[in-house]
Amino acid sequence: MTEPKLSLKQITKQFPGVLANDRVNFEAFGGEVHALLGENGAGKSTLMKVAYGYYPKDGGEIWIEGRQVQIASPADARRAGIGMVFQDFTLIPAFSVAENISLYLPHLDAIPDAGAIKKEITDRGKAFGLEVDPQAIAGTLAAGQQQKVEILKLLVAGAKVLIFDEPTSVLPPHEIESLFEVFGRLKEAGFAVVFITHKLHEVLQCADRITVMRRGAVTGSISGKDATEDRLLRMMFGSPTHETPTARAAAIPHAEVALKLEKVGSGGAGLPLKEVDLELSAGQIVGVAGVSGNGQRELGDVVLGLLPIISGHKWLFGEDATHWSVARMRAAGVAYVPENPAYMAVAPGLTLAENFAVASPRAYQRAGGLGVDWDQVRTDMAAAYRSLELEPPDTKLHAGSLSGGNLQRFSLARELGRKPRVVVAVYPTRGLDARTAVHAQNLLLSARSAGSAILLMSQDLDELFSLSDELLVIRSGRVVGRSRPQETTEIDVGRLMTGGE
Amino acid sequence: MAHAIAASRSPWVSSYQRLPAGVRETLRWLGWLAVALAIYTLLLLAYGRDPIQAYSDILSSTLGSSYGISEVLVKMIPIVLCGLAVAIPARVGLVNVGAEGQLFIGALAATWGALTFASLPAWLLLPISAALGFVAAGAWAGVCGLLRARGWLNEVFSTMLLNYLAVLVVDYLIFGPWRDPTSSNYPQSRLFPSAGWLPTIGDTRVTVFLFVAVAGVALFALVLAYTRWGLEIRAVGGNPEAARRNGVSITRYLVILMIVGGGLAGLAGMGEVAGLHHRLNPGVSSYYGYTGFLVSWLAGHRPVLIPVMAFVMAVLASGGDILQITQGLPYAAVTLLMALILFVVLAARAAGAKAQ
Amino acid sequence: MTTVIVLGVIAGALASGVSVFYAALGEVVGQRAGIVNLGIEGVMLVGASTSFAVTAITGSAMLGLLAGAAAGIAFNLILGLLVITRRTNQLASGLALWFLGTGASTLIGLSYTGTHIDGLGEVRLPGSSLLPAAWARVIDQDILVYLALPAALAVTWLLWRTRWGLHLRAVGEDRMAAFAAGLNPAWLQYQALALAGALYGLGGAQLALAYTKTWQEGMTAGRGFVAVVIVIFALWRPLRTIVGALLFGGAVAFGLQLQVRGLPVSPFLLDMLPYLLTLLVVLVFGRPKAFAVPMGLREVFGGTSK
Repeated sequence: MTEPKLSLKQITKQFPGVLANDRVNFEAFGGEVHALLGENGAGKSTLMKVAYGYYPKDGGEIWIEGRQVQIASPADARRAGIGMVFQDFTLIPAFSVAENISLYLPHLDAIPDAGAIKKEITDRGKAFGLEVDPQAIAGTLAAGQQQKVEILKLLVAGAKVLIFDEPTSVLPPHEIESLFEVFGRLKEAGFAVVFITHKLHEVLQCADRITVMRRGAVTGSISGKDATEDRLLRMMFGSPTHETPTARAAAIPHAEVALKLEKVGSGGAGLPLKEVDLELSAGQIVGVAGVSGNGQRELGDVVLGLLPIISGHKWLFGEDATHWSVARMRAAGVAYVPENPAYMAVAPGLTLAENFAVASPRAYQRAGGLGVDWDQVRTDMAAAYRSLELEPPDTKLHAGSLSGGNLQRFSLARELGRKPRVVVAVYPTRGLDARTAVHAQNLLLSARSAGSAILLMSQDLDELFSLSDELLVIRSGRVVGRSRPQETTEIDVGRLMTGGE
Repeated sequence: MAHAIAASRSPWVSSYQRLPAGVRETLRWLGWLAVALAIYTLLLLAYGRDPIQAYSDILSSTLGSSYGISEVLVKMIPIVLCGLAVAIPARVGLVNVGAEGQLFIGALAATWGALTFASLPAWLLLPISAALGFVAAGAWAGVCGLLRARGWLNEVFSTMLLNYLAVLVVDYLIFGPWRDPTSSNYPQSRLFPSAGWLPTIGDTRVTVFLFVAVAGVALFALVLAYTRWGLEIRAVGGNPEAARRNGVSITRYLVILMIVGGGLAGLAGMGEVAGLHHRLNPGVSSYYGYTGFLVSWLAGHRPVLIPVMAFVMAVLASGGDILQITQGLPYAAVTLLMALILFVVLAARAAGAKAQ
Repeated sequence: MTTVIVLGVIAGALASGVSVFYAALGEVVGQRAGIVNLGIEGVMLVGASTSFAVTAITGSAMLGLLAGAAAGIAFNLILGLLVITRRTNQLASGLALWFLGTGASTLIGLSYTGTHIDGLGEVRLPGSSLLPAAWARVIDQDILVYLALPAALAVTWLLWRTRWGLHLRAVGEDRMAAFAAGLNPAWLQYQALALAGALYGLGGAQLALAYTKTWQEGMTAGRGFVAVVIVIFALWRPLRTIVGALLFGGAVAFGLQLQVRGLPVSPFLLDMLPYLLTLLVVLVFGRPKAFAVPMGLREVFGGTSK
């Protein structure tokens, strides 16, 4: 067998509370498309970002064509011939295609020869099926075209190993086909192509070799010819191993409908929701499954009242709440638990008591706002923590001094402690270590027992299956499936999430 | 200067880093302040002035006598109010560069009030013209807040350009329609009726507006620390994204705080015309609006630090007047020192942020 | 009569607008690199006072111009120390630079208030003496007026046709993306500040050496701030700054013409014209269109409290 173009040996990468890569081995050969398959959070992207110098590694070695190399930055990686196309493009939107590519030309003249650059772009484009107009402004291009520019950038910079991080997630179906054609041409020209994805059918369609990762480790590596859907699914999802809470009270019979969305379409920034129907009853958890970025965050913001609803209706306990402000939704008993409390829930410079009070300031005001009843805030905060069976922290601590886990506990205590009628939880366990995550899940379950109606977005199918009374699958801002967890399997839901039938 | 910074890092770093954080912080600030004074000393030397004499002139003329201290207080009043005019909007992320113009508009409106309702008794006339000053300047500034909240024009530009307009409006009036016919040489409005004069404290020139300035600082501190609005303001300033999700209306605060800030600068203008000049003239402000900007940024927009920084700036401002006489240095020479201090404080604060 | 007024306004617009033009041109370079400089006013003052002092000492206005540009560079780099190296708030630092420049220029020009200089003479084109006086006044302008268009073209060429310009604009759009492409953003931003400083200095020098031929404290009268606003109006394009500067200069000259003609309008009301016009124009035309604003500026204007 020939020397691999890129070889990763025993790569280990630790994030606070998470072992993202646990002694991972990976080899990419020239003339091959190597798919790296796994669920969200399996550690695929992390592994490749380590190879690209984007993250420093905590252990292991990187070899290029039989030589060990030190890669400390993306610039090092490019010098070593590794290029990566990220999920979020790194193009400068205001620049033309030619300008974006020029930035990556290793030897750019002081007064660049626009004609020559244009020719190089056109020539390379023709050779690999990457035709783009060099004059076009990058920001005006469709995602597929932008992706071509990203690939061209790496080609002109001399990359031999091309890593694609979930390249199909931004593409409409017909452009996925042409991306695979590009893969084919790159392969023929001797490049090593690494294709990170969680979509099975794509892997089966284009990969010569498939490595599957799960929870930070490689579960197996097989040749594309030997791969079948069932085999890959077993490697991806395995059998549920980790301890997610299952103890639950029975659903409240004939419970009141707490929240109802009727053919809701959203405006504002972000991915627009389209005709979303949703019914959420007291004492019920409705889980929303989907690949990240398919409208989960927008759904949370629409319920909270942050994003405008441009079509359809939102009902809260039978009242038309379509155009209610965030303050009004919150006052009516809606709580919000975001994925990143440091960014979305608290001001780091304020104390915990202040951050606690600011989520419902009118409830604590005295004399029409002239005062805030801090005693009441402190009492409520302690009570909120105790009701979740947590030890209350010092209320004078600044939110910025708390660790991510403690901050999420604060966020949960603040939001769940006031006995909300509706809870919107958007990736509440993302970034938490396993123990903290299980605790957060238990808190959601006890809120459910206490009669809260909970809308739960998560990237973790195990979590959704063990917590939810009902599951929705969301893709591109639309609800594409709904079922009870007992009546479906993770594999079926995974199919829906990734675009299968 | 860049070399000095780089050099100071190398051999001393390890022993420096073993010091407690508080000591390091203080040392760093003192070091930066020393840099400012050193540069200024060099400048004075380059101009053949005796720096020690200059510094002692500043100190003895301001803090060396009760008259000197009272004159510092006279300058502190508008500087504190203008400092608040900058600091209050800054708490929700607004940069109000327009305190100078807002002061002029406040002075103008107060003058109009004092001259129009000249027959009213003092207990009625003074509050009326103060209110006019507050409202007019508040509206003047509020427009900029509105333009920002709507996303039309950043408040930095609108407030700055309005400064020039405000000064010209005042000039137009006192050179034109409002000009006092009895003072032919000097453009100024007619003298206020004595009911429109602010009472002074003792036989100093310090007016009762001292209490207004103190009340302004206290109110700002109390509102910020104790009220629901203060809580929401700090939440917006601390993390707008979280504040939005917590249900705080950001745009409302952008406009309201701009109005309050402008209004306070307007009060400063009223205090100057009603307290010192008793008429409107082109010299109503000695760069108080701009000095207020320096004060607010030096204080990090914290209410308790505003009087402290305003005191320092008022000493320098009074000292600047003295240096004109004793050293033949223009007033702007003191502006230079003020700017140097702001420079080093900005740099030191950024360094502090990095160290955390 | 009307022709004479129109010609007078044009001649005055050129003479009084050109300082704003150079300042705005410099600010285009700076903002393209991601730095908003609210201290232009101060840098212009330093340029004006330095150029005036050097001209008064040496008797050479050309040396004065050079000195003004050099002082502008040196002074503008101080801002770099703060906003590039220390990463301080750009708006507050710029204003501090303005105060600093106000003070420094007063010291530099201390002994030159009221001094007479010949200043920068007009470029005598052959044949201008044959024209009627009103026409001759339009074309008898100083060298900086004649260099304005070439300067705008040169900056356009630099920013859009050279590697340096490409790198500079990349830094201004997205510092991280530029860094990822292997550039040194800080170094490029310092270079941008140097070029911008030279242009501010020239603008200030034109004011002192050609437009007024005097040195006065604070003589820029807000031109530095107008320059920043003109950059927004010009949508960060060098050639469009000429239009903005001429509008400002035209408003100044129009007011002056009316005063000279003895129109019974207060000069102060007429003096408001340029500021009002600038505000109006930026409100109407300064709405950023897609991709016109360098993205790096968003964090500067996004709201700041530190």
